[in-house]
Amino acid sequence: MKIGVVTFPGSLDDTDAQRAVRLAGGEPVALWHGDHDLKGVDAVILPGGFSYGDYLRCGAIARFAPVMTEVIAAAGGGMPVLGICNGFQILCESHLLPGALIRNDHRTFICRDQTLTIENASTAWTSDYSVGQQITVPLKNGEGGFVADAATLDRLEGEGQVVFRYVDVNPNGSLRDIAGITNERGNVVGLMPHPEHAVEDLTGPGTDGLGFFTSAVKALTAV
Amino acid sequence: MPRIIVDVMPKPEILDPQGKAVHGALPRLGFNAVTDVRQGKRFELQVEDADEATLAEVHQLAETLLSNPVIEDFWVRVEVDA
Repeated sequence: MKIGVVTFPGSLDDTDAQRAVRLAGGEPVALWHGDHDLKGVDAVILPGGFSYGDYLRCGAIARFAPVMTEVIAAAGGGMPVLGICNGFQILCESHLLPGALIRNDHRTFICRDQTLTIENASTAWTSDYSVGQQITVPLKNGEGGFVADAATLDRLEGEGQVVFRYVDVNPNGSLRDIAGITNERGNVVGLMPHPEHAVEDLTGPGTDGLGFFTSAVKALTAV
Repeated sequence: MPRIIVDVMPKPEILDPQGKAVHGALPRLGFNAVTDVRQGKRFELQVEDADEATLAEVHQLAETLLSNPVIEDFWVRVEVDA
Protein backbone atom coordinates (compact mmCIF):
# COMPACT_ATOMS: atom_id res chain seq x y z
CA MET A 1 0.00 0.00 0.00
CA LYS A 2 1.54 3.26 -1.10
CA ILE A 3 1.11 6.21 1.25
CA GLY A 4 2.40 9.51 -0.05
CA VAL A 5 3.99 12.08 2.25
CA VAL A 6 4.08 15.62 0.87
CA THR A 7 7.17 17.73 1.42
CA PHE A 8 6.56 21.48 1.35
CA PRO A 9 9.31 24.05 1.77
CA GLY A 10 9.57 24.12 5.55
CA SER A 11 8.13 20.67 6.26
CA LEU A 12 9.88 19.09 9.25
CA ASP A 13 8.25 15.78 9.95
CA ASP A 14 8.00 14.28 6.49
CA THR A 15 10.80 11.80 7.15
CA ASP A 16 9.27 10.68 10.44
CA ALA A 17 5.91 10.25 8.71
CA GLN A 18 7.53 8.13 6.02
CA ARG A 19 9.22 6.05 8.68
CA ALA A 20 5.92 5.54 10.51
CA VAL A 21 4.32 4.32 7.28
CA ARG A 22 7.17 1.86 6.76
CA LEU A 23 6.93 0.54 10.35
CA ALA A 24 3.18 0.03 9.81
CA GLY A 25 3.84 -2.15 6.78
CA GLY A 26 3.09 0.42 4.11
CA GLU A 27 5.25 1.78 1.34
CA PRO A 28 6.03 5.48 1.83
CA VAL A 29 6.22 7.61 -1.30
CA ALA A 30 7.78 11.07 -1.23
CA LEU A 31 5.55 13.69 -2.87
CA TRP A 32 6.75 17.16 -3.79
CA HIS A 33 4.69 20.31 -3.22
CA GLY A 34 5.49 21.65 -6.68
CA ASP A 35 4.29 18.60 -8.61
CA HIS A 36 0.79 18.07 -9.95
CA ASP A 37 1.35 14.39 -9.28
CA LEU A 38 0.35 11.94 -6.53
CA LYS A 39 2.47 9.17 -8.10
CA GLY A 40 -0.30 6.60 -7.85
CA VAL A 41 -0.47 6.58 -4.03
CA ASP A 42 -3.45 5.15 -2.14
CA ALA A 43 -3.38 7.71 0.68
CA VAL A 44 -1.66 10.99 1.51
CA ILE A 45 -0.13 12.44 4.66
CA LEU A 46 0.46 16.18 5.04
CA PRO A 47 3.22 16.33 7.66
CA GLY A 48 4.09 18.78 10.38
CA GLY A 49 6.44 21.71 10.05
CA PHE A 50 6.28 25.32 8.97
CA SER A 51 5.33 25.18 5.29
CA TYR A 52 6.32 28.36 3.47
CA GLY A 53 7.62 29.71 6.77
CA ASP A 54 4.06 29.93 8.13
CA TYR A 55 3.93 33.30 6.35
CA LEU A 56 0.51 34.93 6.03
CA ARG A 57 -1.20 32.22 8.12
CA CYS A 58 -0.12 28.67 8.92
CA GLY A 59 -0.97 26.53 5.90
CA ALA A 60 -2.40 29.42 3.89
CA ILE A 61 0.20 29.33 1.14
CA ALA A 62 0.71 25.56 1.15
CA ARG A 63 -2.99 25.21 0.46
CA PHE A 64 -2.35 26.62 -3.04
CA ALA A 65 0.71 24.46 -3.80
CA PRO A 66 0.31 22.51 -7.06
CA VAL A 67 0.18 19.14 -5.28
CA MET A 68 -2.76 20.33 -3.18
CA THR A 69 -4.98 20.56 -6.26
CA GLU A 70 -4.47 16.82 -6.62
CA VAL A 71 -4.85 16.13 -2.90
CA ILE A 72 -8.11 18.07 -2.70
CA ALA A 73 -9.50 16.23 -5.74
CA ALA A 74 -8.40 12.84 -4.38
CA ALA A 75 -9.85 13.59 -0.94
CA GLY A 76 -13.14 14.44 -2.63
CA GLY A 77 -13.02 11.02 -4.24
CA GLY A 78 -12.58 9.30 -0.88
CA MET A 79 -8.81 8.87 -0.67
CA PRO A 80 -7.58 8.73 2.96
CA VAL A 81 -5.77 11.97 3.85
CA LEU A 82 -4.13 12.66 7.21
CA GLY A 83 -2.95 16.12 8.23
CA ILE A 84 -0.67 16.33 11.25
CA CYS A 85 -0.04 19.70 12.94
CA ASN A 86 0.90 21.96 10.01
CA GLY A 87 -0.89 19.39 7.83
CA PHE A 88 -4.05 19.92 9.91
CA GLN A 89 -3.69 23.67 9.41
CA ILE A 90 -3.37 23.08 5.65
CA LEU A 91 -6.50 20.89 5.61
CA CYS A 92 -8.47 23.63 7.38
CA GLU A 93 -7.15 26.30 5.03
CA SER A 94 -8.09 24.02 2.11
CA HIS A 95 -11.65 23.71 3.50
CA LEU A 96 -11.27 19.93 3.49
CA LEU A 97 -11.94 20.26 7.21
CA PRO A 98 -13.99 22.98 8.96
CA GLY A 99 -12.61 25.48 11.46
CA ALA A 100 -9.18 27.04 11.80
CA LEU A 101 -6.11 26.93 14.05
CA ILE A 102 -5.03 30.09 15.83
CA ARG A 103 -2.13 30.99 18.11
CA ASN A 104 -2.10 29.16 21.45
CA ASP A 105 -4.11 31.09 24.03
CA HIS A 106 -1.15 31.16 26.44
CA ARG A 107 1.05 32.60 23.62
CA THR A 108 3.91 30.17 24.07
CA PHE A 109 5.08 27.29 21.94
CA ILE A 110 4.26 24.03 23.68
CA CYS A 111 6.07 20.71 23.49
CA ARG A 112 4.82 17.86 25.67
CA ASP A 113 3.66 14.27 25.67
CA GLN A 114 -0.09 14.70 25.37
CA THR A 115 -2.84 12.27 26.24
CA LEU A 116 -5.81 12.11 23.88
CA THR A 117 -9.08 10.24 23.90
CA ILE A 118 -10.13 8.54 20.67
CA GLU A 119 -13.75 9.50 20.10
CA ASN A 120 -14.24 8.10 16.60
CA ALA A 121 -12.66 4.77 15.69
CA SER A 122 -14.30 4.43 12.30
CA THR A 123 -12.18 6.84 10.24
CA ALA A 124 -9.60 5.61 7.75
CA TRP A 125 -6.87 6.58 10.24
CA THR A 126 -8.31 5.40 13.57
CA SER A 127 -9.91 1.99 12.91
CA ASP A 128 -7.15 0.22 14.86
CA TYR A 129 -8.20 2.08 18.01
CA SER A 130 -11.35 1.75 20.07
CA VAL A 131 -13.71 4.52 21.16
CA GLY A 132 -12.71 5.82 24.58
CA GLN A 133 -9.15 4.56 24.27
CA GLN A 134 -6.51 6.95 25.55
CA ILE A 135 -3.23 7.37 23.73
CA THR A 136 -0.16 9.48 24.49
CA VAL A 137 1.74 11.13 21.64
CA PRO A 138 3.97 14.20 21.40
CA LEU A 139 2.41 17.61 20.83
CA LYS A 140 4.44 20.59 19.66
CA ASN A 141 2.87 23.72 18.31
CA GLY A 142 2.63 27.45 18.58
CA GLU A 143 -0.63 27.84 16.68
CA GLY A 144 -2.74 24.86 17.67
CA GLY A 145 -5.87 26.47 19.07
CA PHE A 146 -8.79 24.92 17.21
CA VAL A 147 -11.63 27.38 16.66
CA ALA A 148 -14.92 27.30 14.78
CA ASP A 149 -18.29 28.93 15.33
CA ALA A 150 -20.66 27.33 17.82
CA ALA A 151 -22.90 25.89 15.09
CA THR A 152 -19.95 24.16 13.44
CA LEU A 153 -18.72 22.82 16.79
CA ASP A 154 -22.21 21.48 17.57
CA ARG A 155 -22.38 19.84 14.15
CA LEU A 156 -18.92 18.26 14.54
CA GLU A 157 -19.88 16.83 17.93
CA GLY A 158 -23.34 15.75 16.78
CA GLU A 159 -22.04 13.94 13.71
CA GLY A 160 -19.18 12.21 15.50
CA GLN A 161 -16.61 14.23 13.61
CA VAL A 162 -14.58 15.01 16.72
CA VAL A 163 -11.99 12.24 16.50
CA PHE A 164 -9.57 13.23 19.28
CA ARG A 165 -9.98 15.27 22.43
CA TYR A 166 -7.29 16.47 24.82
CA VAL A 167 -7.30 14.78 28.23
CA ASP A 168 -6.28 16.45 31.53
CA VAL A 169 -4.67 19.48 29.90
CA ASN A 170 -5.97 21.66 27.11
CA PRO A 171 -2.55 22.63 25.77
CA ASN A 172 -3.48 25.42 23.38
CA GLY A 173 -6.94 26.78 24.07
CA SER A 174 -8.71 24.59 21.53
CA LEU A 175 -12.45 25.02 21.83
CA ARG A 176 -14.17 22.08 23.55
CA ASP A 177 -10.75 20.42 24.00
CA ILE A 178 -10.81 19.33 20.36
CA ALA A 179 -7.46 17.88 19.24
CA GLY A 180 -8.52 16.53 15.86
CA ILE A 181 -11.50 16.13 13.57
CA THR A 182 -12.64 14.34 10.43
CA ASN A 183 -14.82 15.20 7.47
CA GLU A 184 -18.32 13.78 7.02
CA ARG A 185 -17.04 10.84 5.02
CA GLY A 186 -14.31 9.93 7.52
CA ASN A 187 -11.48 9.77 4.99
CA VAL A 188 -9.88 13.13 5.84
CA VAL A 189 -8.51 13.44 9.38
CA GLY A 190 -6.52 16.29 10.90
CA LEU A 191 -5.01 16.68 14.35
CA MET A 192 -2.41 18.86 16.08
CA PRO A 193 -0.55 16.14 18.05
CA HIS A 194 2.06 13.99 16.32
CA PRO A 195 1.36 10.25 16.10
CA GLU A 196 4.34 9.80 13.77
CA HIS A 197 6.66 10.66 16.69
CA ALA A 198 5.24 7.80 18.79
CA VAL A 199 5.90 4.72 16.71
CA GLU A 200 9.05 3.36 18.37
CA ASP A 201 9.94 2.99 22.03
CA LEU A 202 13.42 4.33 21.44
CA THR A 203 12.43 7.76 20.21
CA GLY A 204 9.07 8.66 21.68
CA PRO A 205 6.75 8.28 24.66
CA GLY A 206 5.71 4.87 23.33
CA THR A 207 4.13 3.38 20.25
CA ASP A 208 0.59 4.71 20.68
CA GLY A 209 0.79 6.55 17.36
CA LEU A 210 1.45 3.54 15.21
CA GLY A 211 -2.25 2.72 15.01
CA PHE A 212 -2.87 5.68 12.69
CA PHE A 213 -0.67 4.14 10.06
CA THR A 214 -1.69 0.51 10.55
CA SER A 215 -5.33 1.65 10.33
CA ALA A 216 -4.70 3.21 6.94
CA VAL A 217 -2.66 0.26 5.66
CA LYS A 218 -5.46 -2.14 6.69
CA ALA A 219 -8.19 0.07 5.23
CA LEU A 220 -6.32 0.22 1.93
CA THR A 221 -5.56 -3.50 1.90
CA ALA A 222 -9.24 -4.26 2.48
CA VAL A 223 -10.34 -2.24 -0.57
CA MET B 1 -0.38 54.64 -9.62
CA PRO B 2 -3.20 53.71 -7.28
CA ARG B 3 -2.68 51.39 -4.38
CA ILE B 4 -5.31 49.12 -2.96
CA ILE B 5 -5.18 48.59 0.77
CA VAL B 6 -6.53 45.42 2.29
CA ASP B 7 -6.87 45.40 6.08
CA VAL B 8 -7.33 42.03 7.73
CA MET B 9 -8.42 41.72 11.36
CA PRO B 10 -9.26 38.76 13.57
CA LYS B 11 -13.04 38.56 13.98
CA PRO B 12 -14.19 40.18 17.23
CA GLU B 13 -15.21 36.86 18.76
CA ILE B 14 -11.84 35.24 17.95
CA LEU B 15 -9.18 35.35 20.64
CA ASP B 16 -6.21 37.50 19.59
CA PRO B 17 -3.21 36.38 21.66
CA GLN B 18 -0.85 38.74 19.77
CA GLY B 19 -2.99 41.75 20.59
CA LYS B 20 -3.20 40.58 24.19
CA ALA B 21 0.59 40.32 24.37
CA VAL B 22 0.99 43.85 23.04
CA HIS B 23 -1.67 45.13 25.42
CA GLY B 24 0.07 43.39 28.32
CA ALA B 25 3.30 45.23 27.58
CA LEU B 26 1.78 48.72 27.60
CA PRO B 27 1.38 49.28 31.36
CA ARG B 28 4.96 48.15 31.88
CA LEU B 29 5.99 51.01 29.63
CA GLY B 30 3.83 53.46 31.47
CA PHE B 31 1.03 53.63 28.89
CA ASN B 32 -2.17 53.20 30.83
CA ALA B 33 -4.85 54.71 28.59
CA VAL B 34 -5.33 51.71 26.31
CA THR B 35 -8.00 49.24 27.38
CA ASP B 36 -7.62 46.67 24.60
CA VAL B 37 -5.42 45.90 21.57
CA ARG B 38 -6.33 43.85 18.49
CA GLN B 39 -3.58 43.10 15.99
CA GLY B 40 -4.25 42.63 12.30
CA LYS B 41 -2.48 42.84 8.95
CA ARG B 42 -2.32 45.48 6.26
CA PHE B 43 -1.60 44.59 2.64
CA GLU B 44 -0.65 47.20 0.05
CA LEU B 45 -1.40 46.07 -3.48
CA GLN B 46 0.02 48.15 -6.32
CA VAL B 47 -2.25 48.14 -9.39
CA GLU B 48 -2.27 49.85 -12.79
CA ASP B 49 -5.84 50.94 -12.45
CA ALA B 50 -8.21 50.64 -9.50
CA ASP B 51 -11.23 50.11 -11.69
CA GLU B 52 -14.26 48.05 -10.79
CA ALA B 53 -12.90 44.84 -12.31
CA THR B 54 -9.63 45.17 -10.41
CA LEU B 55 -11.44 45.88 -7.16
CA ALA B 56 -13.63 42.85 -7.69
CA GLU B 57 -10.51 40.77 -8.23
CA VAL B 58 -8.91 42.17 -5.08
CA HIS B 59 -12.05 41.34 -3.09
CA GLN B 60 -11.79 37.81 -4.38
CA LEU B 61 -8.11 37.41 -3.58
CA ALA B 62 -8.61 38.98 -0.15
CA GLU B 63 -11.28 36.40 0.59
CA THR B 64 -9.29 33.52 -0.92
CA LEU B 65 -5.74 34.12 0.23
CA LEU B 66 -5.16 37.26 2.29
CA SER B 67 -7.78 36.40 4.89
CA ASN B 68 -9.34 33.25 6.29
CA PRO B 69 -13.07 33.99 6.53
CA VAL B 70 -13.42 31.49 9.38
CA ILE B 71 -11.38 33.69 11.72
CA GLU B 72 -10.83 37.05 9.98
CA ASP B 73 -12.67 39.98 8.44
CA PHE B 74 -11.21 42.19 5.73
CA TRP B 75 -11.73 45.66 4.29
CA VAL B 76 -10.65 46.95 0.88
CA ARG B 77 -10.00 50.58 0.02
CA VAL B 78 -8.17 52.54 -2.67
CA GLU B 79 -5.38 54.94 -1.82
CA VAL B 80 -4.23 57.41 -4.45
CA ASP B 81 -0.83 59.06 -4.02
CA ALA B 82 -0.87 62.82 -3.93
